[in-house]
Parts: sequence; structure tokens; C-alpha cells
Amino acid sequence: MDIDVVDLSRLQFAVTAMYHFIFVPLTLGLSLLVAIMETVYVMTRRPIWRQMTKFWGTLFGINFVLGVATGITMEFQFGMNWSYYSVYVGDVFGAPLALEGLMAFFLEATFVGLWFFGWDRLSARAHCIVAWCVAIGSNFSALWILIANGWMQNPVGAVFNPDTMRMEIESFFEVIFNPVAQAKFVHTVSAGYVAASIFVIGVSSWFLIKGRHTELARRSITVACSFGLASVMAVIVLGDESGYETTHAQRMKLAAMEGMWETQAAPASFTLFGLPDQEARETRYAVHVPYVMGLIGTRSLTEEIAGIEDLVKESEERVRSGIIAWDALQTIRTERADTPPEVREIFEANGGNLGYGMLLMRYVEDPRDATEAQIAQAAADTIPTVWPLFWSFRIMVGAGFLMLGFLAYMFWRTNFRQGRYPTWVLRGAVLMVPVPWIAIEAGWFVAEFGRQPWTVDGLLPTFLSASRLSVADLLITLAGFVALYTVLLVIEVRLMLAAIRKGPVQDAVETDAWNKAHQARLSGVLATDIKPAE
Amino acid sequence: MILHEFISYEALRLIWWGLMGFLLIGFAMTDGFDMGVGALLPFAARTDVERRIAINTIGPVWEGNQVWLILGGGAIFAAWPPLYAVSFSGFYLAMFLILAALILRPVGFKYRNKKEDPKWRTRWDWALFIGGAVPALTFGIAVGNALQGVPFQLTEMMVPLYPGNALMKLLALLNPFALLVGMVSLTMLITHGAAWLSFKAEGMVAVRARRIGVVAGGIAILGFLAAGLWLAVGIPAYHYIGAVDPAGPSNPHLTAMTRGGSWLAAYQIRPWIAVAPVLGVIGIALAAFGLSRGAGGWSLLASKLGIFGVISTVGLTMFPFILPSSLDPKSSLTVWNASSSHQTLFIMLGATLFFMPIILAYTAWVYRVLWGKVGADELTKNPNAY
Repeated sequence: MDIDVVDLSRLQFAVTAMYHFIFVPLTLGLSLLVAIMETVYVMTRRPIWRQMTKFWGTLFGINFVLGVATGITMEFQFGMNWSYYSVYVGDVFGAPLALEGLMAFFLEATFVGLWFFGWDRLSARAHCIVAWCVAIGSNFSALWILIANGWMQNPVGAVFNPDTMRMEIESFFEVIFNPVAQAKFVHTVSAGYVAASIFVIGVSSWFLIKGRHTELARRSITVACSFGLASVMAVIVLGDESGYETTHAQRMKLAAMEGMWETQAAPASFTLFGLPDQEARETRYAVHVPYVMGLIGTRSLTEEIAGIEDLVKESEERVRSGIIAWDALQTIRTERADTPPEVREIFEANGGNLGYGMLLMRYVEDPRDATEAQIAQAAADTIPTVWPLFWSFRIMVGAGFLMLGFLAYMFWRTNFRQGRYPTWVLRGAVLMVPVPWIAIEAGWFVAEFGRQPWTVDGLLPTFLSASRLSVADLLITLAGFVALYTVLLVIEVRLMLAAIRKGPVQDAVETDAWNKAHQARLSGVLATDIKPAE
Repeated sequence: MILHEFISYEALRLIWWGLMGFLLIGFAMTDGFDMGVGALLPFAARTDVERRIAINTIGPVWEGNQVWLILGGGAIFAAWPPLYAVSFSGFYLAMFLILAALILRPVGFKYRNKKEDPKWRTRWDWALFIGGAVPALTFGIAVGNALQGVPFQLTEMMVPLYPGNALMKLLALLNPFALLVGMVSLTMLITHGAAWLSFKAEGMVAVRARRIGVVAGGIAILGFLAAGLWLAVGIPAYHYIGAVDPAGPSNPHLTAMTRGGSWLAAYQIRPWIAVAPVLGVIGIALAAFGLSRGAGGWSLLASKLGIFGVISTVGLTMFPFILPSSLDPKSSLTVWNASSSHQTLFIMLGATLFFMPIILAYTAWVYRVLWGKVGADELTKNPNAY
């Protein structure tokens, strides 16, 4: 297996997936914010709310289209670049992807066009329902893709079938209600809501600084800071839940995120800062906060969290067991129905470690021929590279708490200080816009890089999963994606900025009519002849 | 879970083979006209207003239509994992071309009218042309290659291999027979796009589209017949050696397959399948005839029938083969050796039966809301128009 091809395939997947996820959070959050704004419009019929809906809807549209365009790549890339992965786990992993299409993509894609083209063809109420269909569709798609991703982190409900040489589904229920997937789903969509809220606050703050569209900007901040504050709390709570699940499902990832080489006596301390050294297997200059890690990871004072060294020892045992499983599997495949029952029993007992045995295929064709040194090497391979994980995790958490503080402050000023914001805060709000994206990309990096060397944790090594393409294949497509995506990103950002500079379209006639009617209502006159605009 | 035992594995595989056809046909019928309109855009619509009319006939619906392709990919992944793995990676650079073209398309729709600059707009017009024509052609080329067999191999561990140089493999895909099939696919979808424009667009766009559509329909029929003839005399088929267990494990290595004989033998075993090519020819001919008479809706229906016929012809001719291997016929993927497990097929069937009617219902509702022709006045009226 050509390792260059594997690395290039990983790089391409990382580039295309992280690029895709620039657009997804805004789609998730803005679709909901727009639907909320349109609902307020339908309830109050105040034209300002329709203006807001349309303005944020325009920005939503510019962003949505790139989410769709880059999403097609994601759907195809498993087959294109990860063909053995697709063969090996397609029976389990393909189902949520297909369900995503059936339940989510059709809903959002069919209604998004109608939302933009249907303003004059639908009643206000029906149009608002269309907005909700788009928002629900987008969020459902996140649900299914995170069920798929959750299974890669914690592969429950599946079993290896020697006849077909792949993983097959045993309990679909377990796959759907995988606790890792559920925590990840809420964590991820809430992060999208936070991103959209901070985006709306940032753009609105810019309007306030410039003294333009202040009424629209103030209302937008009001909606976004409440929605954002609730969401950022959900992100943090569910992030904690994800961490707790990781303590049990992916102990190596947790230890690597913490740079925790040795098992500590419970409750473990949290390393606030440090420089992890992979070679020496230690974290230098570590600043510890006692008890915190044990409390977060195990929610107890007595349970231990295993360190990397102990986990490697465990991996080595599992590699040895994997070799036994591989040996039994060869007998089962040649003897088929005539396999002696004791061989079947051996496979039953060790089959769960088959993936660990497959780690050896990086060094030998047949795991049974592995030397002691190779077994030790395969066990050591189960440690992901620690420092990028350690740091991206801290960047994510730091950004998360920064956003919590920011949104709480904006909420307080909005609700208890008559919506007066100091200018330096408004400037800061504009600068805050990239922060949620940094946190989100760092978070995905932790999730995916931390799962290495596996594509499916403990089941299938990454180096086996990749398609057996040539380096030339990969270089052509990688260059193509980078070129295409860069051009599109530049165009997208410029269009977005142009649309923001242009600002919302104000309908003076409609606003006047509504104001008159409103005044009439306030002064108690029955204004039957002045109708609020539909 | 024992629920899935209610439907036999064999039956589920047959149903999923049919559903795969249903999704591909659904894709060609809906997104097919979007691609046809893209391919027609620079020729049927000359001025900016005309081009905007053409684009806005599909503007509100192309996104939903494209999901047929995405779902097609997802459903093949779920129901036919080895097929998904081998075809997407085996046609690697061709798939990348399709992807690049499909990425340009949404962006083209959305961004074209964001600036008045004619150069900007012309650039996106060509992006939309590529987004329509390249996938339409490439999908056909892929089918042409599937009929001849594709050079891949599955190891004992079921690892797909495709030896050879990247560019040479791409060039090998562009063989004469595959190009012929590609042309059938492209002209068929251009006819379909022309029927759509004839149905939805006002003015010269519709007139020019009809003229092009008649010619494209003629070429599609001739190409389809020529490909059939070529298949009969020049392309060896694949077949099983001995009996096969239709409920056996999904592992090609457990059965024996070889190359030889003719694909047209299928028409002796099951003469009724001749209905498919006949429908294909009749459908496209009716569409072209309708276009020559200025009809819109009827041409569109006829061309849908034609698409149904042509795609079904491929599936039924190759049955039970889906993707034969020219390099190692024993690795060929068929209905009986390339599916998901019994349980996955059952669960996914349940999900499809539940969601598909809902999808069809709301899609129909959206088309009804958007009913009516698109003309120049529509563009000025709607600030969201593309």
C-alpha cells in the first residue's frame, strides 16, 4: 500500500471537508434565524421583519449554494477515495447517508428554490412554512451525517461477516441511538447556531457603527444574541457530554487531547498549558489544574482515566488477539461450512480485535508473519500525533468560552441597557465573526485527527481504507479542488461583502402604510380603510 | 430483528436493483432537463434577457432535482456498497470531471446575476454550459464502459484494484463505443431540455430550443440504434458459469463468471424486455415530433418516456450484471453478489417506501405553485430571479 497515496487522500478529504464546513454552520443557523424572523413577520405583519427576513435570506442564499456545491464532493468522495472503506463498512455507513438524502436533502433543496421564487406566489403564512421546511431539512441532514460520523467514532450495532469480508449491520437501532452520535449532533448544530448568531451580530454591528439601517440592525441583534446565548450554552454542555462519551468510547483520543502520557491517580488533573513531546512521550512545561480532568471525564472522584502508555500496552494485547482472529478467519474462509466449531469460537472471542491485527498490514502482508518489533510498532501506531490535538482542543474550548462571554454581554446590553452598545464593543463584534469558524474547524480537527490511525475506531485502519489510486490521480484532483475552491471562496466572500454593503431593500410605501395603520390602532381609531400590507 | 425475513433476500435484491433504476431514471427525468437547458444555454438563448429566461425556468427547481443524483449516490452506497466503491474510484478522474462541472452549476445559477458586467455573465453562462453538458456526456461514457466491462479487480479481501497509469485509464474510457453512448446520453438530455424550454419559456428561447431539440432527438435515436447494433456484433457480454444462488453472500469470489456471448442473448431469454428499447425510440421520436409541431408539455412527457425506455434498456440488457470487470471477470459485480446485507436492504426499503411518496407529493406541489411560463416580465417582477 502506497503511503503517499494514503496521505494525499487524507489531505484531500481534510481540505474538502473543512472547506465544506465553512458554509454548513451558517446554513444550519441562518436558516433557523431567517425562519424565526419570518415567523415574527407573519405574527406581527410589521414590514421591518419582512425586510430582515429578506436581507438575511439573501446572505443565506449566497452561502447555501456553496454548501450544496461542496456537499456533492463529500457524498462522492467516500467511493472515489475511500473505496475499501466503502466496501468494508458500506452496509452500515451507507444507510444514514441514504436516509440523509431521503429525509433531509430533498426537503431543504426542494423548498429553498420556492422560498426565493415564491414570495409573490404564496401567502405569507405558506411562505413562512416553506422557510421552516428549509431549516428543518438542513438540520435533519446534520442529524444523519453525524449519526454516520458517530458510528466511525463509536462503531456500535455491527458485526463482521466472514462470508462477505465486511462489517454488517446487527442493530440499526443502536446505530441511530448511538450516544456519541446524539451528543455530537446537538453539539454540532448548536455550534452552527452560534456561528450564525455571531455573524448576524457582527454584520449588524457594522451597520450600527456606520449608522445605517439601525432599526433592522438592532432587531437583528436582539434575535441573534438571545438565540446565540442559548445555543452557546448548548454547545458547551453537549461538548462536555461528548467529552464524557469519549472517556469511554475513545480513551486514546481523550488521552491524546490531554497530552496525558501516564495514568494519574483519580481524579486526574487538567493540563491547562504544555508542550507535548511525542518522541519523549511527555508533556513539557505542563500547567495542571487539579481534579478538573477527572471531574469532566468521569464525573467522579474515584474513576481513573487511562494514560497513553497504559493504552499502548492494551493495544499491544489487542494486536496479538487480532493476529489470532486473522488466523481463524483464514480457516473459516477456506473451510467455510466445514469449519471446526473450535475455530469459530476462537474467531468469536478475538474477532473484535481483527482491526488491530490489520494494523500490521502496514508492515507485513500477512499479520501472522509479524515480528515482535512490528507488533510493538503497530501498537505504538495507535497513538495519534499529540500536539496538534492538544492545541486545537484548547483553541476550540478557549474560543467557546470567549463566545459565551461575548454573547452574554450582548444579551445583557440588549435587554437591560436599552440596547446601547459602546462603539468599541461594536468594533469587537465585527472582529468576532471569524471566531466561531475557528472553533468549529478546530473541533472537527480534534474529532477526526484524534481518531487516527483509524477511519472506524478500532475496526479499520486509515491506511487500508484509501482507494488504491496513483499519486498522479491524487495530485490532479487535489490541485483541481484547491484551485476551484479557492476561486469560488474569493467570489463568495466578495459577493457576500457586496450584498452587506448594499444592505437591505427598504420598501418606503409599505413601511409608511404600516406606520399609519399602527398609529391609527394606537390612537384607538378603527382603521378599516388602511390595511397593513400583506 | 427478524422482521426482514418476511421478504426474501433474492426479492429484496431485485427490488433494490429496480429502485436503483428508479432513482437514476428520476435523476435523468428531473435534473436531466436542467442539464439539457445548461447545454442549450449558449445556443438557444442569445441575449442576456433570453438567457435569464432560460435560467429562470429551472432556477427554482434545479436544486431539488439534483438531489436525485445525491440520493442515487447515497442509495447505491447503502444498497450496493461494492458497486459504489468500485465505480466511483474506478472512474476516478471521470468522476472528478463530473464533480467539477456539478460544482460550477449551482454557483453559476446563483452568482450570474449578482453583477451587471456582461463579461461576468458570459463567463457564468459557459460555466452553466459545462455544468450541463459535461455530466450529461460523462454519465453516458460511464455507461458505455460498463457495457464493455471496466478494468478492475477485487482481491480476496475485497479490496478494489485498478492497475495502470491515471491518464491512460482516463483516455481508455474515451473509446469509440463509450463516446457513442455518451453522445446518445447528451443528445437525449438536450432533447429533454429543449422540451422543457418549449414548455416553460416564452419567445425566441422556446423557438430556438425546439429547432435544436428536433435535431438532437434525431441524433439520439440514430445513436441509440447504432449502439444496439454495435452491441450485437462487437461487444462481448458477461455471464455466470453454472448455477448461481440469488440469495448467496455478497462476495463475487464465491461464484464463477466469464466473458463471452452476446448481451442480446437477454432478449431471447426474456423477450418481453424488448419493450424497453421500443419505448425509448418511440418516446424520443414523439418528443422530437412534438417539438417540430411547437408542443411543450406533450413533448416533455414523451421525452420522459424516452428516457425511461433508454435507461431501462441498459439495465435489463445487462441483468443480472451491473458492473462487469474486463480485467478479471470473476470480480464482476452483479445483482446477486454486490448488495448490502438482507437486513440493511430491508430497512432501507422501509425508509424509501415511507419517504418517497412524501417527497413526490411535496415536489409535485412545488411544481404546481411554480406553474406557468417564464417571460421577460417575470424577471423584472421578481427581485430574487437569477
